[in-house]
Amino acid sequence: MSQLTFAPPVPAPEAEALRAEVRAFLAAELPPVSAPDRLRLGGRDPAFSRKVAARGWIGMTWPKRYGGRERSALERYVVQEEMLAAGAPVAAHWVADRQSGPNILRNGSEAQKNFFLPRIAAGECSFCIGMSEPDSGSDLAAARTRAAPVQGGFLVNGRKIWTSNAHCADYMILFCRTGEKSEDRHAGASQFIVDLRTPGITVRPIIDLAGLHHFNEVIFEDMFLPEESLLGGLGDGWRQVSGELAFERSGPERFLSSFRLMVELTAALGAEPSERAAMALGRLVAHVMTLRRLSRSVAGMLQAGREPAVEAALVKDLGTSFEQEVVEIARTLIEDEPAPGSADALAAVLAHLVQHAPSFSIRGGTREILRGIIARGLGLR
Amino acid sequence: MSAAHDLLTDSAERLFGTLCDQAVGAAAEAGVWPEALWRAVEAAGFTEALVPEECGGSGIGAAEACGALAVAGQFAAPIPLAETMLARRFLARAGLPPIAGPLTVAPVDRRDAVTLERAGAVWRLGGRVRRVPWARQAAALVLVTTHDGEAMLVALAVPAERIVAGRNLAGEPRDDVTLDGLIVAENVAPAPGGCTRDDLLAAGAALRAQQIAGAAASVLAMTLRYAGERVQFGRPIGKFQAVQHNIAMLAGETASAAAAADMAAAAFEKLDPLAIAAAKLRAGEAASRVAALAHQVHGAIGFTREFALQNATRRLWSWREEFGKEAHWAERLGRAAVAAGGDGLWAMITAAG
Ligand SMILES: Cc1cc2nc3c(=O)[nH]c(=O)nc-3n(C[C@H](O)[C@H](O)[C@H](O)COP(=O)(O)OP(=O)(O)OC[C@H]3O[C@@H](n4cnc5c(N)ncnc54)[C@H](O)[C@@H]3O)c2cc1C
Repeated sequence: MSQLTFAPPVPAPEAEALRAEVRAFLAAELPPVSAPDRLRLGGRDPAFSRKVAARGWIGMTWPKRYGGRERSALERYVVQEEMLAAGAPVAAHWVADRQSGPNILRNGSEAQKNFFLPRIAAGECSFCIGMSEPDSGSDLAAARTRAAPVQGGFLVNGRKIWTSNAHCADYMILFCRTGEKSEDRHAGASQFIVDLRTPGITVRPIIDLAGLHHFNEVIFEDMFLPEESLLGGLGDGWRQVSGELAFERSGPERFLSSFRLMVELTAALGAEPSERAAMALGRLVAHVMTLRRLSRSVAGMLQAGREPAVEAALVKDLGTSFEQEVVEIARTLIEDEPAPGSADALAAVLAHLVQHAPSFSIRGGTREILRGIIARGLGLR
Repeated sequence: MSAAHDLLTDSAERLFGTLCDQAVGAAAEAGVWPEALWRAVEAAGFTEALVPEECGGSGIGAAEACGALAVAGQFAAPIPLAETMLARRFLARAGLPPIAGPLTVAPVDRRDAVTLERAGAVWRLGGRVRRVPWARQAAALVLVTTHDGEAMLVALAVPAERIVAGRNLAGEPRDDVTLDGLIVAENVAPAPGGCTRDDLLAAGAALRAQQIAGAAASVLAMTLRYAGERVQFGRPIGKFQAVQHNIAMLAGETASAAAAADMAAAAFEKLDPLAIAAAKLRAGEAASRVAALAHQVHGAIGFTREFALQNATRRLWSWREEFGKEAHWAERLGRAAVAAGGDGLWAMITAAG
């Protein structure tokens, strides 16, 4: 029987010094709060990403020889949470910094590391995640997109779906089959780094329920990939993708990406809220404070070189449930209705979040899948 | 975690593991004072753990003391350890002489107020304090009150006829004490900083959060064990996905309680009211969910007095109520948040936690 333990976050004075720098940077560089993009949370602004890069805050834990700054996971955590809490437009570098870059650093060839990592760290190269397919969501091992070996490389056919930012990213890390189906469902899969300008790719927008375009369908028809685009070992895809998902789930975005709502709610409640409103707000604040401790504890595990996949799943499950609850609580505390595009910041941010809350417990592993991972970590399966 | 922390936690685990079984709990609930357990706890120095070093304490430190208290919570120890720790700390800080034996503190109900008046060379107390933990078995009650607008501490042995026995859901003594007209000649002193009435509430809340975290951990352990042993439909119930998901949620709440307790421990020396408010609130909420989920997994057996689960869950239900329930701390935290304002909210959170 194993119980999960979350050691208290280690004090990191260097990280707290960095916090002040990040705040000063954000105060100078962020668009005004009322800008609709900021209320849409985590907008995409490549110019902003390059400024973040210029400060050394993308790929900041990576070795210096690949453009990194060799700073600690705890310092990176501070940068991440400050960006999220401020609603900074981080989408152009977030995925590469969080998971694609670390995946390349861990599994890539020397040539891939030399080529991609400095570009990511400079904010000049963005990535998207090619995992899900029409018939392969939670059951990622059921992926059917196939890279068949041909002279000098691979020929890829198949379809990815729900690929966020495939229409504007530079590269995709593609998870697909390279071997025959066998008893071991996890065998015979590999990962590739795909330049999205490669011939044979079609990106079709998918509009979300709120009318926004962020994810896509990506179709591969006889796309040729040179041998050197294979990431890691042939057939090692499952192991690599599991590691990548641990990175994807380990950050604070799943409870801080809606922090703007708490900011606007706090402002709207004014200095003398009703007892009911004060209690509801106080409760939300207590949850954020506790989640932050758990999340910083996970950052401490990363810093110690551990792979906290189960702990990250647990914090993500708590975080997504909390974020969905915030929306429901906030709307009961105000008279106004959520109103898309409203000049009233709270009504606008609420309109966005009411419609996007369902996705919180789907993307990056559904709630049910996360709970299965936790149960396995507890020795139940 | 420091080595001192591990050492103290280890010795607490050994001590409570040996001396605090279900029989001790049942006897305590029937009114038998657990003398052997208490003596061992005193001998181990746990009761002194919160006496500051500059006041003659061992300098164990709040984090370590909190760790030992979590273990006491884990083993459902039916003793006023948190209360004695607090009482000793307050006495030492006020420069009052130490008092041997189990101690308790009041007021613990935030609606209660104690008055203290000069009566010639002595002092006269007034008021009534409710739900005082273990008042009937405590060697002394340490009271926080005011005189002429100044915070004061009073330590006194309460005459038995002033005590009306009551109990919490776990059967632990929670007694009402009538103070009106009681005369005290000694052990009265101005309360130093950190020993006011609000401080007592905050310090007590911080310690209850530790006990909740400990009890929640034991509930998770019991639930995992039971889910592996109990067979239905030909397999252990822990193999059913619905049960697994309940236990995954239970683990999430247990982790949250532990994180909240750590937050309170880190805030203890300065008694940062925001961190402690968040901690008691979140731990209290976790207590509710942990108890509900664990009982669901255990079925009827968990609903019996004989099965050990109730030792922990009845304490969770009690402790979430004490030293300010969730609603109290939520309102305080909410008022602090609006005072910080939308633009100051994030800075408030990062500073407190
Ligand atoms: C906004 C958004 C952005 C996304 N971006 C990307 C991206 O960039 N790249 C990418 O690859 N994917 C992306 N995804 C896809 C995401 O990873 C999948 O949606 C997710 O893995 C779930 O797959 P699915 O939608 O096919 O649901 P399904 O797997 O079909 O699940 C449907 C329901 O069945 C439940 N279920 C399935 N299997 C089990 C089981 N074994 N036990 C219990 N319950 C089960 C699920 O929990 C869920 O409730 C994105 C999704 C969203 C919503």
